[in-house]
Amino acid sequence: MRETEFAIVGAGPAGLSAAIEAARAGVQVTLIDENEKPGGQLFKQIHKFFGSKEHYAGVRGIDIGYQLLDEVEKCGAEVMLNSVVWGIFENLDLGIIQNGKRNLHLQPKKVLLATGAVENALAFPGWTLAGVMGAGAIQTLVNVHRVLPGKRILMVGSGNVGLIVSYQLLQAGAEVVALVEAAPRIGGYAVHASKVARRGVPILVSTTVKEALGKETVEQAVLVSLDENWKPIPGSERTLDVDVICLACGLSPLAELAWMAGVDFTYIPQFGGWMPLHNENMETTRSGLYIAGDLAGIEEASTAIEEGRLAGVAAAESLGYLSPAAAEEQKTVIRKRLNQLREGPFGEARKEIKEQLAFGGGKWRY
Amino acid sequence: MALLKNGYLSQDELQKLPGVPTPERLAKGPVVVIECAQEIPCNPCETACAKGAIHIGENIIELPVLEEEKCSGCALCVAACPGQAIFVVDATYSETEGTVTLPYEYLPLPQKGDLVDGLNRAGEAVCTARVLRVVNPEKYDHTAVITIAVPKALIMEVRSLRRKQSEV
Amino acid sequence: METYRILQHPILGEIQQGKPVEIEVDGKTISAFEGEPIAAALLAAGIRVFRYTTKRHEARGVFCAIGRCTDCMMIVDGIPNVRTCITPVKAGMKIQTQVGLGKPQEMQP
Repeated sequence: MRETEFAIVGAGPAGLSAAIEAARAGVQVTLIDENEKPGGQLFKQIHKFFGSKEHYAGVRGIDIGYQLLDEVEKCGAEVMLNSVVWGIFENLDLGIIQNGKRNLHLQPKKVLLATGAVENALAFPGWTLAGVMGAGAIQTLVNVHRVLPGKRILMVGSGNVGLIVSYQLLQAGAEVVALVEAAPRIGGYAVHASKVARRGVPILVSTTVKEALGKETVEQAVLVSLDENWKPIPGSERTLDVDVICLACGLSPLAELAWMAGVDFTYIPQFGGWMPLHNENMETTRSGLYIAGDLAGIEEASTAIEEGRLAGVAAAESLGYLSPAAAEEQKTVIRKRLNQLREGPFGEARKEIKEQLAFGGGKWRY
Repeated sequence: MALLKNGYLSQDELQKLPGVPTPERLAKGPVVVIECAQEIPCNPCETACAKGAIHIGENIIELPVLEEEKCSGCALCVAACPGQAIFVVDATYSETEGTVTLPYEYLPLPQKGDLVDGLNRAGEAVCTARVLRVVNPEKYDHTAVITIAVPKALIMEVRSLRRKQSEV
Repeated sequence: METYRILQHPILGEIQQGKPVEIEVDGKTISAFEGEPIAAALLAAGIRVFRYTTKRHEARGVFCAIGRCTDCMMIVDGIPNVRTCITPVKAGMKIQTQVGLGKPQEMQP
C-alpha cells in the first residue's frame, strides 16, 4: 500500500485547482484521473469565459486549461493518469486500476472527489439510432478530435451547453437546422442564443423532438409543439431532414464514489439532482472527504475552479500546512469570487442554497 | 420578451438597454452599441475600454452602462466581450451608407472589398454589405473584428455577415 | 469518400492530430491519426454504425464519447466489447462491427 497526504480524484478544473492550492502550501498531493490527459472537459471549451479578470474572463477555456496544467507542473503535485479509482473504503483508502492492468492501493490522509458530471439523456422513439448523441460527446469530437459527427444537426435544449455547442458546430462548418427547447423560454444566456440566431439558426421554444426516423442512422427528426402544460399539440408535428440529433438536456453529478463513501446526500433540482451535502469548506459529512466542482452541484467551469481552490486550502489547513488565520484569509478571497459568480438571476438561487448547505444543510437536509 | 423566445432582441427591447447610445450620439459618429440585456457575472468590456466609457462597477452582474460622450468607437471592447454582444456603428460614414463593426469567428474570413450578405439579428439577409476592414491581431485571440458598409437605415439591424451564396 | 474532418478551424487553426496511419474496418482500409480515439477515425470516414444489439439486432453508434455508455463497443484486434471512443488508434489495427455480445473464442487475444 502506498501513502499520500492528499488524494484528488479527477483532474478537471476543480481537481487541478485544488492540487495547485494544496501543493503550494506544502501538501504532498496525488492527482488521479482515468483519462490519458488531464484537464477534464476544459480542453473542449474553446469559447471565451465570462466573469472578471480574477475569474480568467475573456480567456478561452482551453487556454485556462493550459495555464492550470502549467501551474500543476510547477507546484510539484504528482499526476497519475490512465488510472481509474474503482473504490473508496473504511479509512478513505482508494482502490485504483492503472493502465487497465495494475491494481494500486493508495492510503491518503484526505481525499477530494472532483469527479464531475454525466450528461442526461432524453428518451423518445428512435433515440437509440446512430446519430443521436450527447452534446458533450459532440463537443469532444468537434473541438478535441476535429471530426464532425454529421452535417445537419438538430440541437435539443437551450441551456448554455446547447447554445454553446450549436455555436461551435457552426464554427466547425456544420449546419444547425434548428434548436428546440421544451420550456417556453430559452434557458441559457441570451448572448449565446443571439450568436446562433444571427447565423440563421431557428430557436424554437415550447417545442421538442417527438421521434427520430431512420433505418440504422438518423435521417429525420419529427418536431412537435407543446402547450402551456408541456403537452404535445396534435397536428403540430413537422419533419426535418437531419443526420444528427444532439441532446443537451442537462447534467447530473457523477457521484458513485461519494455514494460508496457513505456520505449524506441531498436532492437539489437547481444543482442537477442528487449530490453530497457539504459545508463552507467543501467537506462532506465524512471528515477528511471533500468534494468540488460539478459533483458538488452542476455549475460552470469557473465556479469549479474556485471550489477546487477552496477545498485545496481547507485540506492544507486540516493537514497543518496553513494556520487557521492564513487559511481563513485565502478562503475569504475565494468565497468572494465564488459569490460574484453566483450573483444575478442565473446564480442567486444557487448562492442561497450553497449558503444553507454551509450551515448544516438547512432545509436540504433530510 | 422576444429575446427569450427567439434568441434575439427586438428594437423595443434594444432601446431600453443602458448600453445603447441615443439618436443624438449616433448622429455624431462611431459609437458602441452594447446589446447586453441580462444580469450575468461579466465585466471584460469595462476592463477593455481605455476611455472609461463603459461602467459596470463592483457588482459585476450589473448591465454595462455606456457613457456615450466618452466613447470614441475604437472597438477595443468588441473582441473583448465573451458574449459577442458589442458592435460599433457609424451613421456618418457617407450620404447613404453607415458602417457596422462586428465580431466574427468563422472561416473563411472575408477580405477587404468583398461584397457579402448583411444579416440581421434573426440571421436574415437584409442587404448587400461591403467589407471595409478586417482586423485580427493576436490580442483579439481569434475573434476577428470586421467593419462593413451597409445602407444607413440598417446600421441598427445588421449584426452579422455571410459570404454570397453564389461564392460558396 | 466524403470527409467529416475539420481541417481548418477559426479558433483552433489547422488540424494537428497524430501521425497519419491506416487501420482496417470490416476488411476495408481507412486513414486515421495515431492516438485519436478509434471512434473519431470511424466517424471521420463516415462510418456511423458500430455494433448491433443482441436481442433486437438494432444498430448503435457513438453516444457519450467518454467511455460511459458502451454504445460504441466493437471488436478490436479480436477483442470484443472495446469502447472505441476512449481507445486510441494504433497503425494496422483491425476493427470489426460487433454483433451481440463478444463470443468466448473472440476473448482470446
